[in-house]
Amino acid sequence: MATITATAPRSGLPGFLKHPATGKLLLLAVAAAVLVPLANARWASGSWPHALTVDLTEPLGKASDWVIDNRDSHPLFLYFFGYVSNAVVLSVRAVYLVLLAAGWAGVTAAAALVAWRVAGVRLALGTGAAFLACGLLGMWIPTMQTLALMVVAVLASVVIGVLLGLAAGLSDRTYRALRPVLDTMQVFPAYAYLLPVVLVFGMGVPAAVLATVVYAAPPMARLTALGLRGADAGVMEAVESLGTTARQRLLTARIPLARKELLLGLNQTIMMALSMAVIASVIGAAGLGDRVYQALASVDVGAALAAGIPIVLLAVVLDRVTGAAGTVDDELGGDTGSRWTGWAYAAVVAVAVAVAGRLTDRLDWPEAWLVNIAEPVNRAVDWMTDHLYSGVPYVGGTADWAGHFTTWVLDPMRDGLQWLPWWSALLIVAALAWLIGTWRTALTAVLAMAAIGVLGVWGPSLDTLSQVLAAVAVTLVLGFATGIAAARSERCERVLRPFLDVFQTMPQFVYLIPVVALFGVGRAPAVAAAVVYALPAVVRITTQGLRQVDPAAMESSRSMGATGWQQLRQVQLPLARPALLLALNQGVVLVLAVVIIGGLVGGGALGYDVVFGLAQGDLATGLVAGAAIVCLGLMLDRVTQPTDRRTKKGA
Amino acid sequence: MRTRMKGVLAVGCSLLVLTTAGCGAADMTKQASPFANAQGAKTVTLSVQSWVGAQANVAVAQYLLEHELGYRVDTVQVDEVPAWDALSQGRVDAILEDWGHPEQEQRYVKDKKTIVNGGGLGVTGHIGWFVPTYFAKQHPDVTNWKNLNKYADQLRTPESGGKGQLLDGSPSYVTNDKALVKNLDLDLQVVFAGSEAAQITQMRQFAKEKKPFLTYWYSPQWLFKKVPMTEVKLPAYKEGCDADPEKVACAYPHTPLQKYLNTDFAKSDGKAADFLKKFKWTTEDQNEVSLMIADQKLTPEEAARKWAEGHESTWKAWLRK
Repeated sequence: MATITATAPRSGLPGFLKHPATGKLLLLAVAAAVLVPLANARWASGSWPHALTVDLTEPLGKASDWVIDNRDSHPLFLYFFGYVSNAVVLSVRAVYLVLLAAGWAGVTAAAALVAWRVAGVRLALGTGAAFLACGLLGMWIPTMQTLALMVVAVLASVVIGVLLGLAAGLSDRTYRALRPVLDTMQVFPAYAYLLPVVLVFGMGVPAAVLATVVYAAPPMARLTALGLRGADAGVMEAVESLGTTARQRLLTARIPLARKELLLGLNQTIMMALSMAVIASVIGAAGLGDRVYQALASVDVGAALAAGIPIVLLAVVLDRVTGAAGTVDDELGGDTGSRWTGWAYAAVVAVAVAVAGRLTDRLDWPEAWLVNIAEPVNRAVDWMTDHLYSGVPYVGGTADWAGHFTTWVLDPMRDGLQWLPWWSALLIVAALAWLIGTWRTALTAVLAMAAIGVLGVWGPSLDTLSQVLAAVAVTLVLGFATGIAAARSERCERVLRPFLDVFQTMPQFVYLIPVVALFGVGRAPAVAAAVVYALPAVVRITTQGLRQVDPAAMESSRSMGATGWQQLRQVQLPLARPALLLALNQGVVLVLAVVIIGGLVGGGALGYDVVFGLAQGDLATGLVAGAAIVCLGLMLDRVTQPTDRRTKKGA
Repeated sequence: MRTRMKGVLAVGCSLLVLTTAGCGAADMTKQASPFANAQGAKTVTLSVQSWVGAQANVAVAQYLLEHELGYRVDTVQVDEVPAWDALSQGRVDAILEDWGHPEQEQRYVKDKKTIVNGGGLGVTGHIGWFVPTYFAKQHPDVTNWKNLNKYADQLRTPESGGKGQLLDGSPSYVTNDKALVKNLDLDLQVVFAGSEAAQITQMRQFAKEKKPFLTYWYSPQWLFKKVPMTEVKLPAYKEGCDADPEKVACAYPHTPLQKYLNTDFAKSDGKAADFLKKFKWTTEDQNEVSLMIADQKLTPEEAARKWAEGHESTWKAWLRK
């Protein structure tokens, strides 16, 4: 944050008065001068006034009871949700049976061949190796379960996303109505989707698939709409003059022109579906996520990692292959004829391998081919916790740091935020959001913040907010430093890249235990987990932003004799300001997304309430806390949102 | 355009109907997991709760079902209360260790009759407050709740805000600790670790340094073998003293742990259901398996095999008709 204020344009006093920010602030101050005394006289209290809260416990509790009592009798469930659930179960099952029937050899061959056709030989080898690694780690069946769930969820997301995207891409009115909704859904933490679907469908695969679809469909819809709307006006005009029908124009011009966006949408949908499929293990999704979750129970980091690695591998492979689909496809196999033969070859080989596997009765992964990584990993973790936890000479152990961080940073921040009178919190939010955005963003932010108060979770929300702010600050300091280092040295970036990949896709459950072993139970480990999760994206965006600074500007500053440090501070950072702001925004959104993970290691507040709601089937507590997290997310996003939002989420 | 939409709708509907095999109601409370019964194997789905004792039950049941009765066993980790709902819907077939959920029992066993009691597990569970034995030896009077305030200072952590820390675990567990602290007027702050994994990790870290701590814990639990702990006496438990959750001021009861089966499963699947009903062992047995899983880091399957090899007479009785 310090970097941003430092790079803000410094203006003299007369200019300062003309600055639009001053006008906004003055206007806000006037509004505050009128409203605050009124509000304060009516509801004088430091924390959110009780008179302005709505207690949802009873209606929500009743709704949940009603659903459970009527799930097997009410027509709404029998004739609608029942079919939805049934369709999900049957399709997941169908995919799963096909995968099992193909056997490990068949699946690996098919995956590698698809990767070969889509992305070339190198990625094909990588894909094959990744699938074999899943088998070697003893995770073949869970991997197939996750894959089956993913295939269904991704197909459904793509269909829904494309339909919504078509509607929004072809009609302005739909676009205007849909866009804010889709924008907002992008900042929702994944966990917020779990409780509502559990309420309707109960624990299990249908709920998991539906939560995944709701989470993964928006990027597809957004990017489809963007792609269709971005079609070159000249080309469209030319096509129209050929006397084509609306349908022909769509199929032959608009959709092909939007190909890049469509593929990017597919890529994002797949990545989001995978991360959700893992998180959904909390509501009974089975598969790899469930293995990670079960390993947690016996405090077995090694076993959790054995299930976490296949997730990382799947994520990296899927990301690279779908990412390459857009670029490599044109170079490969020239004309359409030879392209089809290539696919035909691939299909024949895949089927042949599957049949061979079947005939030799080698469908299940052979038990002799297992590698046990759990033990060495656990030994390493034990060593780390034995030697770093406390009593390290000079610097103190990690437990001491965590204690100091809690007492000197988290406690004052929490107490400070909770001490603020409620109206001043709203004012600060309004001022920040208005300064960086428009009056609309400011209004959304203030309303979101007020909604938290109305829900009656003001105190815990500010506790969570203090943790989020602390985590964002740490993330930015570390992320900017690492990003600057990576931007200045190619080698540094190459070394970093695999780490970034791994930490971005590793299920957060895996690092819960190491984090507690190092920092004890409490808010400090919650902050640490959030930093680990958010750091890769911040590093990536910072590096990219700094790299994209105009080389001419760099060159001219060098010719003027600027030292490396001066160059960085006075040229690169100011020019990369939009990227740094985006990094801040992403950091905030990502940190908030793992607040619930923080609840699992003693972070308390909203995260704990959601976990409690899921664990106890107490939907009132869980849903209210989930809604408050969503509101916090909205508020923080609007407060940190650069005015022209990028189309792409994440790095 | 309109007619085409209708066509699409019709195709969609017929697809839906086809996939659901005929018209009529689709009762989602009767839908099994999509991963069950794959490749023609008979499958039993067991719910595993998040603690190791429950894993031990499931591991042994799974081992015997697979190796002696030829079933394929799927396990799903679900928290306690949602597990009841999943059991009622048939998404899982059995819960092997339940610590007493009167509200759910009333709803599913007595009213809806979708769940039946599968008999006792043979293990008695007990929840309480514990301090490490090394601390109790230095200060023998800490084991009575009346003296806890004296030690609040020593129990302080950065998270407990000036008071002594009472470490609580997973949100899914039955706990009255907040009310107890208030009603017994103790200078303690309940700190929720949020998950059992976090709680155990923290306790082991404390124990390594021989630091004093006070924690919510329960037996049977394998950790007692690694970190010996002594129970702190709370005011004695009397029937009904925990009826009002706000006013609880007494200890936790001793609960004979129960098994529960899905009603349809219990009726239809003779062999497996019969076996699960007869499944009954002792606290020592369970601890033996738990320790192998949690401490020696054996996979649950290996641990179950080892136990089964040494206790043939015990499990043979479960298989007898």
